[in-house]
Amino acid sequence: MIRPHRSHPLWFAFALHRVSGLGLALFLPAHFYLLSLALTDPVSLDSYLALAENPLVKVAEFGLVFLLAVHFFGGLRLIALEWLPWSGRQKSLAAGAVAAAFFVSGTFFLQAV
Amino acid sequence: MLDMRLYMLQRITALIMAPLTLGHIAVMIYAIQDGLTAAEILGRTQGSLAWFLFYGLFVVAVSIHAAIGLRVILHETLGVKGAALRLFTWGVGLVLLAMGGRAVWAVTVL
Amino acid sequence: MFCHGDWSTGLSLEREELEVAIWRGDATGGGFEAFRVPAQDSQTVLDVVAWVQQNEDPTLSYRFACRVGMCGSCAMMVNGVPRWTCRTHVKKVLKDKKVTVAPLRNLPVIKDLATDMDPFFDKWIKAAGVHHPSKTRDDPIEPVDPSSATRLEADTGIECINCSVCYAACDTVTGNAEYLGPAALQRAWTLYNDAKDAGQQTILDAVAGNGGCHNCHSQGSCTLHCPNELNPMKAIAGLKRATAASFFKKRK
Repeated sequence: MIRPHRSHPLWFAFALHRVSGLGLALFLPAHFYLLSLALTDPVSLDSYLALAENPLVKVAEFGLVFLLAVHFFGGLRLIALEWLPWSGRQKSLAAGAVAAAFFVSGTFFLQAV
Repeated sequence: MLDMRLYMLQRITALIMAPLTLGHIAVMIYAIQDGLTAAEILGRTQGSLAWFLFYGLFVVAVSIHAAIGLRVILHETLGVKGAALRLFTWGVGLVLLAMGGRAVWAVTVL
Repeated sequence: MFCHGDWSTGLSLEREELEVAIWRGDATGGGFEAFRVPAQDSQTVLDVVAWVQQNEDPTLSYRFACRVGMCGSCAMMVNGVPRWTCRTHVKKVLKDKKVTVAPLRNLPVIKDLATDMDPFFDKWIKAAGVHHPSKTRDDPIEPVDPSSATRLEADTGIECINCSVCYAACDTVTGNAEYLGPAALQRAWTLYNDAKDAGQQTILDAVAGNGGCHNCHSQGSCTLHCPNELNPMKAIAGLKRATAASFFKKRK
């Protein structure tokens, strides 16, 4: 349950940024390991890549691209908040970051299926 | 916990990655069409100095950025601090750098 | 528990009652205790707490002084949200005639609803949130231009009443014991923009340390809950900008 003092849009934006960052950081070692198979074991790399035809894997990929995009747009909002002249429209900007992330990851998904 | 130096490293690596991430997403959207094969990926990247520099810089920046980010999460959620926290930060950064460096090497050099 | 006759004017036999849960305990632990409190018009949360102390349990400890939202002593967690209780109408926060009242988050409890504010004020000093004189008594008074950009910026933060609502709302404070917190950092930003303060560099150094402004995650709970509608998140962003600018200048 979200505690009452936290239930507001900018706290959710923070939570999304933290969860997406954590998710991406945990995914990175797997990503790197898979790519280095090109060096050591090209055959199993191809068998891993073939897994991407599975619809579940496509949804998981969409999730990863969403995490990346939402961390990217959310991060840009934070740097703008900190380093550019103040804007009072932080809630709208945070919502815009999520919308942009859906647009980008949605585009990826439509290309993948 | 986050002093000026770590904060600036976190923000500067973020700014370095901003255009790289856009490029990476664009490549993903392009490459995912008609499925992925090792031959397709390697055909694009191998022997290319441009891709080596692009992903090499990306790996360096993300290793620093992720190490500092995980450091903050570890401190704020589990209360780890001092030498253990420093060790964790360096450990995460170096492991990501090594694994990422190997991946970049694998897809661009050989 | 309590006798209706004491409160009823005789006109209404069934006076409405509030179900109030008040946190009782001390630094070693505690829990909520239930009370029934007669509802009244224009009743504040502080009125409810005072009623319980005066009519039900004289050992209930809480802190208040001015009762008009100026002194900053009566802040408590009301239904899980930090609020100034003297200016919070019960009607606005009631959920099914129920309300919970607890001591502020992020501060050690002394007893019941009274928290130890020392860490909060110690951090004001750590953030260099004290006046740094620029002149002696023999100098003419520094004129302050009320329309200058820095004065307008300082004005946005000067109505802080040190109630610690923002400090209790902040999850970064919860996770990071060293973090100076929204109120202290906003004070530092106010003084940084004050023409009569000579400590600009002192302030930047004080807020750039381990527990400084760079730990803020811009969750915005401070700004959302500030009873005086100040914007500590914006003030902290100002400090981040000023410290980053001075970081780049020093490198050149």
